[in-house]
Amino acid sequence: MPVANTDARSVASSDGAAETSGNIAFTPPSPPSQAALAFQDIIGGACAFRLWGMLGWQDIRLRYRRSTFGPFWLTMSMGGLVGGLGVLYAELFKVDVADYLPFIAAGFVLWGLLSDLISEGCTVFIDAEGIIKQVNLPLSVHVYHMAWRNFIIFAHNAIVFIAVAVLFSIQPGWAGLLFLPGLALLCLNGVWIGLLLGLVSARFRDVPQIVGSVMRIAFFLTPIIWKPELVPDRAYLLDLNPFFHFMELVRAPALGQTPGLVSWLAVLGITLGGWLVTLLMYRLYRWRIAYWI
Amino acid sequence: MNVETGFQLTGVTIDFPVYSADSRSLKNDLLRKSTGGRIARNTESRVSVRALEDVNLTFGRGDRVGLIGANGSGKTTLLRVFAGVYQPTLGRVWRRGRVSPLFDWSLGIDPGATGYENIMMRGKFLGLTPAEVRERAGEIAAFTELGDYLAMPVYTYSAGMKLRLALAVGTCIEPEILLMDEWIGLGDAAFVEKAERRVDEFVNRAGILVLASHNPALLERNCTTGVLLDAGRVRAFGPISEVLREYGEMNH
Repeated sequence: MPVANTDARSVASSDGAAETSGNIAFTPPSPPSQAALAFQDIIGGACAFRLWGMLGWQDIRLRYRRSTFGPFWLTMSMGGLVGGLGVLYAELFKVDVADYLPFIAAGFVLWGLLSDLISEGCTVFIDAEGIIKQVNLPLSVHVYHMAWRNFIIFAHNAIVFIAVAVLFSIQPGWAGLLFLPGLALLCLNGVWIGLLLGLVSARFRDVPQIVGSVMRIAFFLTPIIWKPELVPDRAYLLDLNPFFHFMELVRAPALGQTPGLVSWLAVLGITLGGWLVTLLMYRLYRWRIAYWI
Repeated sequence: MNVETGFQLTGVTIDFPVYSADSRSLKNDLLRKSTGGRIARNTESRVSVRALEDVNLTFGRGDRVGLIGANGSGKTTLLRVFAGVYQPTLGRVWRRGRVSPLFDWSLGIDPGATGYENIMMRGKFLGLTPAEVRERAGEIAAFTELGDYLAMPVYTYSAGMKLRLALAVGTCIEPEILLMDEWIGLGDAAFVEKAERRVDEFVNRAGILVLASHNPALLERNCTTGVLLDAGRVRAFGPISEVLREYGEMNH
């Protein structure tokens, strides 16, 4: 039985009163709560991996379409950067190239992922305006898409680190495997950062600018070019820098060291706190994103 | 009662916040215009546009709905509410059925990718698995009549050719609710006829068609029920011919 009965409809007078079609023997169920909707959005987005998996690759393919080396341009430009700066700063800091080059290679490759996740997280919903205003997809799809694209880029850049590690025969040993949980935590954080910054930036367009400046400063305040050992009093310069802990968690194992307990605790704390704040904000404002963009 | 496909809007109001407008530049006596929604100011003196106001509509299987109204009367916003893009500021929306939004042929159309790649991409956007798209690729390709062009990048296509591609994919996903905004008229005569036949087949399979247009002839041909929007309100609702007459009177 159809919901609406065409025969029972009537044209209303022009006073603008609202109309309902005739005899509807049907009351829709009450809508799910905002919390349930936010949760469904985040889980449903993850389940749409076929879509964002394809979109991530598509971005890379299109960017390098018709170029001979394709996405390996990423690898080559990262290689040039690391090689050039590595040799220069090893000279300036008067340290051994064999020790410094793997450090700066790991640092640059990882910082690329971290800073792109954060800065692209800001524009994740703004850039997806065309899709958001047409299709009722979970909004988190756009965040997974962005994170996946940056992960693919990271994988291409990581080749530079592997080459450097082989060249200087770095053997991370079993400690090296610790980079896996570190990287997984980093990606997990990338998702909440994208959801939260994307949401806030959709409403307040100054946020991407602020985040951009912060990331530029953070690059110099975080030990990427310089080694953490150079700081005599690590307490406040390093331990209060969240980026340091993320870097440490992945970089240290890759170089065959064990990351400090403080870094593990800091990153776990940031992950929990970040997701908590994100879920609260997402519950309240997810439905407004389509209005803001 | 077993309701398989349909939607119901109860008291739906949509307010768009406007952040870029200087609130002081808007006169206190609110402007009531024949085009566009009402411009209002809420308690925090923030400017907002009321795009839809207290809309109550129910549609079920086999309904062919024509949306008509002046520019800015809320047709596209209403289509987006049907599509589930906007959760209303006030009121409730209930919807069941796979929606195929055909508002904009450029969705998931990548100019650098080939026609075949775009079929795959758009199909995935609309919720098909890769296997399902491959299964239907032949049918989609046949409907577009683009032949060898499907292996060419889409930037070599004309607007009408892109439209063929988008419509072919959009109607191949076996949607239950088809939402269209005007552009069916963009194709050449032969294609418009073909597209209309396809839409007919679709509605006969007990889908719901919602077509927004300024073109009374197009609506008369394709729809049975009409909704006349005026500044975000439903001004008339009923058989398409009567709604179109009302629209005609409104413009005189």
